[in-house]
Amino acid sequence: MFPLTEENKHVARLLLNTGTCPRCIFRFCGVDFHEPYKRPYKELLNELQQFLESVKDELIWEVPNPPPKKIRLQEMEDGIDNLSENGEGRISVIEDGSIASKNSNLNVCNVCLGILQEFCEKEFIKKVCQKVEASGFEFTNLVFSVSFPPQLSVREHAAWLLVKQEMGKQSLLLGRNDIVQLKEAYKWITHPLFSEELGVPIDGKSLFEVSVVFAHPETVEDCHFLGVICPDCFKPAKNKQSVFTRMAVMKALNKIKEEDFRKQFPCPPNSPKAVCTVLEIECAHGAVFVAGRYNKYSRNLPQTPWIIDGERKLESSVEELISDHLLTVFKAESFNFSSSGREDVDVRTLGNGRPFAIELVNPHRVHFTSQEIKELQQKINKSSNKIQVRDLQLVTREAIGHMKEGEEEKTKTYSALIWTNKAIQEKDIGFLNDIKDLKIDQKTPLRVLHRRPLAVRTRVIHSMETNYVDEHHFRLCLKTQAGTYPSVFCTAVI
Amino acid sequence: MATEPEATEPAVPSLVDRYFTRWYKADVKGKHCEDHCILQHSNRICVITLARSHPVLQSGKTIKSISYQISTNCSRLQNKVSGKFKRGAQFLTELAPLCKIYCSDGEEYTISSCVRGRLMEVNENILHNPSLLQEKPSTEGYIAVVLPKFEESKSITEGLLTQKQYEEVVMKRVSATTAMS
Repeated sequence: MFPLTEENKHVARLLLNTGTCPRCIFRFCGVDFHEPYKRPYKELLNELQQFLESVKDELIWEVPNPPPKKIRLQEMEDGIDNLSENGEGRISVIEDGSIASKNSNLNVCNVCLGILQEFCEKEFIKKVCQKVEASGFEFTNLVFSVSFPPQLSVREHAAWLLVKQEMGKQSLLLGRNDIVQLKEAYKWITHPLFSEELGVPIDGKSLFEVSVVFAHPETVEDCHFLGVICPDCFKPAKNKQSVFTRMAVMKALNKIKEEDFRKQFPCPPNSPKAVCTVLEIECAHGAVFVAGRYNKYSRNLPQTPWIIDGERKLESSVEELISDHLLTVFKAESFNFSSSGREDVDVRTLGNGRPFAIELVNPHRVHFTSQEIKELQQKINKSSNKIQVRDLQLVTREAIGHMKEGEEEKTKTYSALIWTNKAIQEKDIGFLNDIKDLKIDQKTPLRVLHRRPLAVRTRVIHSMETNYVDEHHFRLCLKTQAGTYPSVFCTAVI
Repeated sequence: MATEPEATEPAVPSLVDRYFTRWYKADVKGKHCEDHCILQHSNRICVITLARSHPVLQSGKTIKSISYQISTNCSRLQNKVSGKFKRGAQFLTELAPLCKIYCSDGEEYTISSCVRGRLMEVNENILHNPSLLQEKPSTEGYIAVVLPKFEESKSITEGLLTQKQYEEVVMKRVSATTAMS
């Protein structure tokens, strides 16, 4: 069923005659159900023209003898001429019978600049989908995002002012929310097409994002006047290519007075010389996280790459030994390694291992069975004897927080072989075994002061156990609160 | 700062030698023998200490008191740093005084920063226990910790003496005094 009613006729005709596309006309007439927008463009145009002609027909019906077609056309032309006199009418001289010839679908809509014309047609969507499939991402749903050129807001505003004024003449009110947003209409049309073409649902929460960016060659021309009136909205910034960003234009449109706008910008908006261009079609997958525990068996392997003044100190790191494999398997762009604390380069990490998590940025592959993850862990473990990982698993972003929360609450055990300058007897160190829950205040050690705040931190040494080795050596096993600097404590003991 | 035993046997390098480079400035501010020793950690942080040859460390001297109050309005004790980026630190030039040492013989010595950078901390322990300064001048008896600017971490030591150059200076001084006497 055709969605427009008698009430809309006037506005619809006005917009059509000034070069607005049928879908934008629906929007400005507040058609808020999806179906009409999804119909093929040509059909919509024909039906709209029929609808507007039928207005005539209805009027004509009241006349006993319907006048011939030519006269009806003549009347239409008159209407158009009146419009042209108002200044901004764009319609060329009608040469022959049908109204369709002048508003052919080749004309670029003066409001959406083609977005609701060719850019929501099946052919364009297919082109986007081809890009998506070629990108090689693995996905089970997707979120589609679209960015329009900034002057669409300006043109939308102009059309809105025009429609508001026209409706005002009929004593009808038009609010901002009574029209359907361009983005909404675009979604209604394109989402089903994407779903059909790619065979997956559109889901706003999906980690896989397909984004299309539209631009238009006349952006600066259309927005220039706003920069003159509201210079403070358009401040150049280093990372902006043009001052006319979508947000800045919206801000200026909110500030500018209606009468000023009308003076500077034609209402209805003039016809554009060109259609929008597709600046980019991009696919990206949100990060996924892998967590586990690692053991380090080497005394010359840092946790993260050790680079000073651009020069590498040691050739590998725990981070790289684990992440390199993950990068390949997940086909990710990059990674971020984080862990629950860290150890010095010359310290081994034994026991159950230190918890770690790796964020994989823009992964192309994200679905793995537990068997596959197991195999991945084996692959990491086989490739190096300096580290081993266990409990490797896929985790959520939130789970990373848990790892960091526990950082200072856990207890850790250390074993240190201590050399003393002074010769010692077993009885000399026995007293250490009896000390329980020793509270110590540790100042940030100088060796890490360049990267940590200067502070005094209270830490608890829960218990100590000594094993006498010889006159100059003993082994000290410590159970401490996490966050203790055990080596600092040990040097203080002796 | 971590405490550590003074290595008596040369075979065992002390903690200072393991992690720090020693730099010296002789006759600071033109005052004879007032030598300073700057320990620079591999992470660019500098610890300002007294050199072995400083008059305060010569036998027979007793320290009466130490004061970080360098002028009526400025005390190094007021230095407060906060956060990872150490905001609020006092900025020191090479010549900025850090503290004054008053000896029982009436002599007064001013210790200077010797390196440009921001003051991280001063050693409050030497206020209560001035003998630390004489017993462990390069460890527990340090004067202050200074963080040079990242881009200046190499250039700040350019005007300073290396261990070898310093030893030569001390040697010359000894031979000069023996020649005189």
